[in-house]
Amino acid sequence: METSSHDILLIGAGGAGLRAAIAIAEANPRTDIAMVSKVYPMRSHTVSAEGGAAGVAGEDDTIDEHCYDTISGSDWLADQDVVEAFCNEVPGELLRLEHWGCPWSRQPDGRIAVRPFGGMKKMRTWFAADKTGFHMLHTLFQTSLKYTSITRYDETFATRLLIDDGAVNGVVAIELRTGRIRAIMAKAVIICTGGCGRVFPFTTNANICTGDGMALAYRGGAPLKDMEMVQYHPTGLPFTGILITEAARAEGGWLLNRDNYRFLQDYDLGKPTPTPVFRSMELGPRDRVSQAIFHEFEKGRAFHGPYGDYVHLDLRHLGEHKIEARLPMVRELCLKYENIDPVREPIPVRPVQHYMMGGIHTDIHGATPLKGLYAAGEAACVSINGSNRLGSNSLGELLVFGARAGKSAVEYVANGPNRSNHDHLLALASDEERKLEQQYGKEDGTERISKLREEMQRTMESGCGIYRDRATLVESANKLNELKERSAKLQLDDHGRSFNTQLTAALELGFMLDVAETIVHSALNREESRGAHQRHDFPKRDDTKFLAHSVVSRTGEGPPRVDYLPVVITRWPPGERIYGRDH
Amino acid sequence: MADTIILEVARFSPERQPEITYQTFEVPLRADWMVLDALNYIKDNLDGSLTFRWSCRMGICGSCGMMVNGVPKLTCETLISQFAPGPVRIEPLEHFPIVKDLVIDMDVFLEKLQTVRPWIVRKDERLPQREFLQTPAQLETFHQYSLCINCMLCYAACPVFGLDPQFVGPAALALAERYNLDSRDQGASERTDVLSQHDGIWDCTVVGECSTVCPKGVDPSLAIQQYKLTATKEWFKTWLLPWGNK
Repeated sequence: METSSHDILLIGAGGAGLRAAIAIAEANPRTDIAMVSKVYPMRSHTVSAEGGAAGVAGEDDTIDEHCYDTISGSDWLADQDVVEAFCNEVPGELLRLEHWGCPWSRQPDGRIAVRPFGGMKKMRTWFAADKTGFHMLHTLFQTSLKYTSITRYDETFATRLLIDDGAVNGVVAIELRTGRIRAIMAKAVIICTGGCGRVFPFTTNANICTGDGMALAYRGGAPLKDMEMVQYHPTGLPFTGILITEAARAEGGWLLNRDNYRFLQDYDLGKPTPTPVFRSMELGPRDRVSQAIFHEFEKGRAFHGPYGDYVHLDLRHLGEHKIEARLPMVRELCLKYENIDPVREPIPVRPVQHYMMGGIHTDIHGATPLKGLYAAGEAACVSINGSNRLGSNSLGELLVFGARAGKSAVEYVANGPNRSNHDHLLALASDEERKLEQQYGKEDGTERISKLREEMQRTMESGCGIYRDRATLVESANKLNELKERSAKLQLDDHGRSFNTQLTAALELGFMLDVAETIVHSALNREESRGAHQRHDFPKRDDTKFLAHSVVSRTGEGPPRVDYLPVVITRWPPGERIYGRDH
Repeated sequence: MADTIILEVARFSPERQPEITYQTFEVPLRADWMVLDALNYIKDNLDGSLTFRWSCRMGICGSCGMMVNGVPKLTCETLISQFAPGPVRIEPLEHFPIVKDLVIDMDVFLEKLQTVRPWIVRKDERLPQREFLQTPAQLETFHQYSLCINCMLCYAACPVFGLDPQFVGPAALALAERYNLDSRDQGASERTDVLSQHDGIWDCTVVGECSTVCPKGVDPSLAIQQYKLTATKEWFKTWLLPWGNK
């Protein structure tokens, strides 16, 4: 088996991974950095983020206000020390991106422009038209090309963490082009593999968002945190699930039901006004807006289409000039995928799985409980998002905590972690190689990958959708058990080594089934309703029992174990979430 | 509209099938399906060994470029119904080595990209405490070039790259120009050496195919012509004002 060694290894080369790599290269130019990614860096899902990245910019805004919006938005499940660090550091990170060439949209005098966003009380969302994630990712990737200390393993699929004596020391990975299996050793590993939206049938997430890093960490013994907190974005295109950015509402778009009525006024989100008002109506937080749309469906006040019920997002009153200047991608996507022009017609939308607030449990420095293992970005839960992330906080998060995780790993390596037992690591790698070889050669499978994936996605939607209850969650847990058993008998048509995407799909399915199980069990155990986690059978928030993070760990063959950790409260005691009226 | 359509898909495997063959698949013909949906239908239901790249399925990650009836396209935003009654021929992007089926080897682009130094170059390493001011008009001068998603359609369309793989090519040159025109950048003179050498911009014959096939409205052809002008000026400067350019 081919082996190589580095100081720090990143898994995932999207926004968080690239930011971490640059932070490491800047902190210590002699650090030997490896970057393993199953796709070329610029294909990473950061590319799809649209609306913007929040960071205090205006003179009328304060860090404390950004903190309060984030914490109340999280329904008080975010750790307040972490939120404070985030809000303090994010403006500097966005400025750094500016210095690296990110084409941020500008005011006439040349200063950075900011726009309003859902759940935010001030204009503080930096944006690059409505392709913010795309521009950030390409800026980071192109900037990373400056640093010769970064060795990239593009299109290399990590299958297992190498752990010796409780410390993470590298990965086993498949080089897709050749199918060769490699052991890539490192003194520290940072997981930046993004989310797991593909466990759901209707998602904005790209095909690559299969929770690989979450599963790798979980299997290696690192717990996952707040996995029941799944964000539904209010506005996805009905067939494809393609995201129509919240910026469309921030620029003044309206949500209308079949009676042409701005229905959000019926859900304690304020009164309609012709132009947007902060923290009100269409600028409410995503959990509340998605839940309102769900209720409109239940009341029969929505439109019915071939892909389910939908409501309208109306931008027509903004005019062609504003749509073209501020929301060009929205127009492009509507024209290409729905054959409608938002300048002339309302856009059909329905809530769509979008983001995982939960992820690999880390501290404020990006460190997991497993020695030598760090995580950042959507793959991690640090946590600033609690039970509901505000739009435009995730792009800032991947910068702040990507950089923090990178610096922490540099420090850890500098402090000389215990020497790992190389022979033991090689033995672990050979064991993994043997398992993978068996998969390549398997000819007796009977279960189609796509069928199992579909069944998993269906049961996740019915059990862990916008509303949940005990009965459907138990049903989903049982179904996942059945699917795990059946997944031992996957049928492979491709037995070649070179670029075997069927083998990687099989491995991804395994990752997703593990992650799905943690979502279901975390949701089952949280017997309250908070933010994005709404239980029909426990409709109230319960701060006595559940002002706490769920922490889910693997237990061998049995169901995962769910424990709880207290939430860090610094200056903002839990209160009522108020939108659309004074408080 | 018929219920189904025929796809003729190029197959190639370095291990089992070292020559390109075409395999025929019959797939449902649905009004809102893209070519990519049809390929996924094949992978999920008919032949799991069919190999292609895709990810975002919304025209921004740049993974799924292929030749569709001989034209380079992003398959995730190409409606299949426009080719009815078919058949539709799907092949890997032209001018690149094939890894397997519809997957090309694009490492050559990543090497080229690195050589044009696609990052902000500052003579003074110290950075201001605030943003560089950049007016909307200044942003506009380079903005379209920054929209390149590295999908490789322009390389598949470029006749010069087809003849000479050493040619830096449209996307990398457009990205070089993207930084040259950025008011924050001071690296234009560093980028001339790469671009004006033999395999640089002088090879471009202004066919403009690159700009025609770009799915994001980038105009690499214009970038190359602009760049020729800049490089000529720089060249004259070094001859006429040998003391003034450094």
